[in-house]
Amino acid sequence: MDAAESRPWHAVLHAVLKANQVRLFTYVPDRVLTPLIQGAHEDPDLLTFVATREEEALGILTGAWMGGMLGVVAMQTSGFATIPNALASLAVPYQIPLLMIVSERGTLGEFNLGQAMVCRTMRPVLDALGVENHTVTRLDELEFIADRSIKQAVMTQAPVALILSPLLTGGKVFKS
Amino acid sequence: MDTITTPPHHGNRKVMSRIDLTQRLVGRLHRDEAVIGGIGNTNFDLWMTGQRPQNFYMLGSMGLACPIALGVALAQPGRGVVALEGDGSLLMQMSCLSTIGTLKPKNLLIVVMDNACYQITGGQPTATASNVDLVGIARASGLPSSHWAADETMFEQLVERCLAEPGPHLIAVRIDSKPATGTTERDPAAIRQRFMRGIGAPA
Repeated sequence: MDAAESRPWHAVLHAVLKANQVRLFTYVPDRVLTPLIQGAHEDPDLLTFVATREEEALGILTGAWMGGMLGVVAMQTSGFATIPNALASLAVPYQIPLLMIVSERGTLGEFNLGQAMVCRTMRPVLDALGVENHTVTRLDELEFIADRSIKQAVMTQAPVALILSPLLTGGKVFKS
Repeated sequence: MDTITTPPHHGNRKVMSRIDLTQRLVGRLHRDEAVIGGIGNTNFDLWMTGQRPQNFYMLGSMGLACPIALGVALAQPGRGVVALEGDGSLLMQMSCLSTIGTLKPKNLLIVVMDNACYQITGGQPTATASNVDLVGIARASGLPSSHWAADETMFEQLVERCLAEPGPHLIAVRIDSKPATGTTERDPAAIRQRFMRGIGAPA
């Protein structure tokens, strides 16, 4: 763990994905995730594309993993709320190391009531499904948590969710 | 029970048998092509054609056969990949066609078994029972090689061509509303491991 991490969060995460042989990056857009998404698009070693729905992305990652390619999906909190069925009927029972990066909205300054409501469903759903999940709040812990989580997902053949707190990313704030 | 009406865009297209067409499809797979079976009857009849190790069977996640097939196709660009989907399932995740139409994987073929109903839940009509044309939707989504097979002979010719030429391709067929001829096993881990070994990935 590097207590004096000088890189921004998205550069740290990008490097961890690469170090763990992630080759496919799919996402449903999110304002906070924009620098991570942009970095993925600019990396010729990553196959990066937008998915129309988070559920679709889970299907694509499942197929890619079975074909020998490790991938990740990035989404925001409300997008997570659309995938419990795909997690429960595909990723979890088929034992897929499905890597999810979730930009957390709905807390620490949320201005949209719908986002605040749906955010409360995320951790109970993950826990009910027994899906490993970690909320990253500190830049100096990001590399350790992300790296270990990906390795555990692959070794134990199980999905994992990395929830990026506004404490890490700055979140999305209301601009009047 | 066969309650299929014929929407005008179908003309004289024949109403065929799912298991018969699945057998014809599998019979033309000579290069260890991967086949992803969608939920329910498409899957069950695929199982009944013989458990090829290159077949993957979904047990839930309705609508995700095409996205899973896309993932396999991206991971293994040298292998032909076939998604077997029903009309109800494709309608549920229709936007996956636009993703496939954008990425244009050369090695992907989608076969849509269209019986114009949710057969397995009691035969309720899907949107294709009216004037919704899945081939038209696929073409407009960026898959110009999308075709209706009017009969069995044309189906076999299309399969042959689509497996030989760069895709992505989509073949749709009208089928009757009979249930599948059997069911799959129900062990997800076993299904995945056999499939991964079948396509040469470390399971």
